[in-house]
Amino acid sequence: MASSAAPARPRVGVVKMASCDGCQLTILDLEERLLDVTERFEILDFPEASSARSAGPFDVLFIEGSISDPHQAERIVELRARTRYLVTIGACATAGGIQALRNWGDHAAFRDAVYARPEWVASLDRSLPVADLVPVDAELRGCPIDPDQLLELLAALATGRRPQLRDESVCQECKRRGAVCVAVAKGVPCLGQVTQGGCGAICPRYGRGCYGCFGPREGANVDGLLRHLTADLGHDPAEAGRLLAGFTAWAQPFRSAIDATGGAPEGSRRSLPMAPEAARRAAQEGAR
Amino acid sequence: MTERPTPTPAPVPEDRTYAVGELTRVEGEGSLHLVVRGGEIVEARLGIFEAPRYFEALVVDRTPDEVIDIVARICGICPVAYQMSAVHAFEDLFGVAIDPSVRALRRLLYCGEWIESHALHIWLLHAPDFLGYPSAIAMAADHRERVEAALRAKKAGNDLLRLLGGRPIHPVSVRVGGWSRAPRRSELLALRPALADGLAIAQETTRFVASLPMPAFAREPRLVSLRHPDEYPFNHGRIVSSDGIDIPMADWRSIFEEHQVEGSNALHARTLDGKGAYLLGPAARVTLTGGTLHPLAREALDQSGFAELIRTNIYASIVARGVELIHAYAEALDLIDAYVPPSVPLAAWEPRAGVAAWATEAPRGLLFHRYVVDDRGRIREAQIVPPTSQNQAAIEADLVVAAREVLALPHAEATHRLEQMIRSYDPCISCATHFLDLTIDRA
Ligand code: SF4
Ligand code: SF4
Repeated sequence: MASSAAPARPRVGVVKMASCDGCQLTILDLEERLLDVTERFEILDFPEASSARSAGPFDVLFIEGSISDPHQAERIVELRARTRYLVTIGACATAGGIQALRNWGDHAAFRDAVYARPEWVASLDRSLPVADLVPVDAELRGCPIDPDQLLELLAALATGRRPQLRDESVCQECKRRGAVCVAVAKGVPCLGQVTQGGCGAICPRYGRGCYGCFGPREGANVDGLLRHLTADLGHDPAEAGRLLAGFTAWAQPFRSAIDATGGAPEGSRRSLPMAPEAARRAAQEGAR
Repeated sequence: MTERPTPTPAPVPEDRTYAVGELTRVEGEGSLHLVVRGGEIVEARLGIFEAPRYFEALVVDRTPDEVIDIVARICGICPVAYQMSAVHAFEDLFGVAIDPSVRALRRLLYCGEWIESHALHIWLLHAPDFLGYPSAIAMAADHRERVEAALRAKKAGNDLLRLLGGRPIHPVSVRVGGWSRAPRRSELLALRPALADGLAIAQETTRFVASLPMPAFAREPRLVSLRHPDEYPFNHGRIVSSDGIDIPMADWRSIFEEHQVEGSNALHARTLDGKGAYLLGPAARVTLTGGTLHPLAREALDQSGFAELIRTNIYASIVARGVELIHAYAEALDLIDAYVPPSVPLAAWEPRAGVAAWATEAPRGLLFHRYVVDDRGRIREAQIVPPTSQNQAAIEADLVVAAREVLALPHAEATHRLEQMIRSYDPCISCATHFLDLTIDRA
């Protein structure tokens, strides 16, 4: 796409695995800053935005989405081999995403399922973060990622310095911004204490508890929070556990805490979520 | 990675395969496959290989408010649509009376999403086809002002979403009963100048896209959308069609059904009457309920001279999208001017067992949700039918028609033209993939 004579710009790719496209859309949503970014980087491959394609090699490769089918598992290994600096973007890529709730299910049973034509669908039994398969050089958290964190990372990459992402919890962000604490003021269960900051404490500022979409903060005291929710606020332990069973459920220590409180909600564990519907569909297909 | 065949000489081919291994500038992962034998089209397929994420299973046992957060993640481009179909389904079942300003704010939120989605599609995904560029980024080299204006106009929509929901993608404030936080009047008024600028850009955009040469194409599809007597359809109305369907939205299953098709990780939808394919989205809405367009949008449609062509030439959907973009800015401005903060931003509600079913108009068309809810308000069963899976049969029918038009072209050009046609639907493949509900039934 580019033919600049000046010093080589970093060659960038944006790749999608199992995801909603929201994180890569955050790149296009840089709006007035998008064209600056595309001047500082050579976009080699970004199929959602361009039909000019390339297989690399890449100086920087952004991966959106979790690894959830056999093709993706092969592809990420190949991509890693062609990439210098691999960045995972968003909760799907960094933690397995909401779809990782199926990791609590019995996928072997799913496999044998009477889906009208199960052989037409290839899917791994788990939805995994990219780092479970290949080494990752940097990650941006969030469902979706935060545009300011993205810009900071891009600026750092363009100049070869380390990205400066503030290391604080959502709770600390909330205090710094002078937002009213929803846990104290309204008694709303909030994961802000144990969740990595970066979003700007959106949920508390919008009157709700944090639901952990930026994932657990390193060393987060999840047990302490659960004790507080159950002992002090009187929530049922299973109810407290399901708060964690969201967009970053598979990340530790959320994962163990979910197990300790009785596992993920039923739908992710049970392999028979919609028996009557499935039966109807299977019957229809059989009849054709 | 795209398997673009190299050009071959032009005589009409007897046997030929057109294949695009991975469609670009669409949302999600899909492929195109068309087989010609003896000059006859024997196979036309939009393959969807996007990995399934099993949303219909993930929402089981969840609360209604959790469902609103979860289903948003089906699609990063139209999360509000998923939130809107879900929230209205639950409020309808639970009998929650929402504040009139809450209703208005939800229309405003939808305006923000239509702006973001339509502007993205027109400028970043679709216009490059008409102007001969691989991307809007490449287009900016020659049309910098246009691309900058488009990005500015899109930003106005995203800023509106950000104000109402905390962030443009997966906003957080939509709750059963209303809003976790309703905006102040002053905050909305601050967005007015950018939206007015966006409106002017959308008007210019629509004139511009209406001046582009449209590839020849003619097929009169069966059109389906919501229709409401007093407003352009977002969250309310009845399901109507170009051939006389007129049913309450909750009765979607009395007319339509889903089925699985090989080579696709999405279930297709079709009508039970055996007529098969139908088309949703801007072309359907503009045609079926053009009378409720904002006067400024109506005026643009009339001036474009495309009102008829939009119905039969899918490439012209870019004009329909432009007209709806104007509508979204114009209505957003009107809603802001009339805004009074809700006296009850978040109404209290009690769960009730039953079936919650609702449809709203996502940017790409009718989005139907149906949940079986127990007496604690937990989901027992879910069905989510996004527009792209409903459009898939129409896309494949159109591929057959379009293929006849392009058979004489050099192979690469023909393939490109078919890809452009598929982009005309603004297919959202991430959306289409989630219904893969792996379920066990050993009976
Ligand atoms: S992390 Fe969230 S926003 Fe990003 S791709 Fe996954 S579901 Fe979408
Ligand atoms: S407050 Fe928590 S859930 Fe909300 S956006 Fe921030 S990290 Fe995500």
